[in-house]
Amino acid sequence: MAENIGHPMTRMPSSAKKGEIIEVRSLILHPMTTGLSKDKAGKIIPAHFIQTVDVTFNDKPLMNVDWSTAISANPFLAFKMRAEETGTLSIRWKDNKGGDWSAQAKITVS
Amino acid sequence: MSEKIKRRDFLHGAVTTAAIMATVGTGLVRPRLALADDVQGWPAKAFDAKTLSEALKGAGVPVTVPASSKVHLSVPTIAENGGAVPLSVDVDSPMTADDYIETIYLFVDKNPLPLASQFNFTPANGKASMQERIKMAKTSSVRVVAKTNKGELLGAVKLVKVTVGGCG
Repeated sequence: MAENIGHPMTRMPSSAKKGEIIEVRSLILHPMTTGLSKDKAGKIIPAHFIQTVDVTFNDKPLMNVDWSTAISANPFLAFKMRAEETGTLSIRWKDNKGGDWSAQAKITVS
Repeated sequence: MSEKIKRRDFLHGAVTTAAIMATVGTGLVRPRLALADDVQGWPAKAFDAKTLSEALKGAGVPVTVPASSKVHLSVPTIAENGGAVPLSVDVDSPMTADDYIETIYLFVDKNPLPLASQFNFTPANGKASMQERIKMAKTSSVRVVAKTNKGELLGAVKLVKVTVGGCG
């Protein structure tokens, strides 16, 4: 289980016209356990879940997301962005046990 | 000399213990996550709420939010697998610096912890839109509350029938 964690990915168009609204999609492997269920031995599986997702474009904050344990395992996330300038989008996921991952994607705006 | 050191160590230990006890007593340390460290800025109060009314209160949202045709919530009517229910929300907004959707809250009324997610947007998003997959313990209403930068609240509610719950 432990190795099936992380591997963040983000995808968006590699180019866009200035002012165009584009879609960004992302995926990360994570168990997202609730702390409410038990394993086969009857022991409670502790809550282990991503709590925050921070998105920046050219190091400027674009949006942030706060998650609970009610987000499905291997969380998928999609959102929109207005393409204003060429640059790099960065997404950073953090969990409640110190896990910290990030992924980037580049776009050329003409 | 050695006695003095021992006494000091003992006192130091006692003071620390007292400080911890005091913190627990005032509710600053939440027992559930006493050993885990929440990510800075994560709104624990709203997310730890066990009832819808507490979760709404924790998020600073009133119990009744008027339904708005600007909020488009898309969820399946019947979800066979409560472990992964696809969901998307789009809110009509100009998304300019003067008029934009600041936050979208998502609540699942009958989940053990009703607040599922909170999205904070900026005008640079261009559109207040999000897609994710959520867990649902049982058949429940799914409730979206969008808040504009002026504090106006726009709501949408849809019922999702869950065949097999996904919070186990």
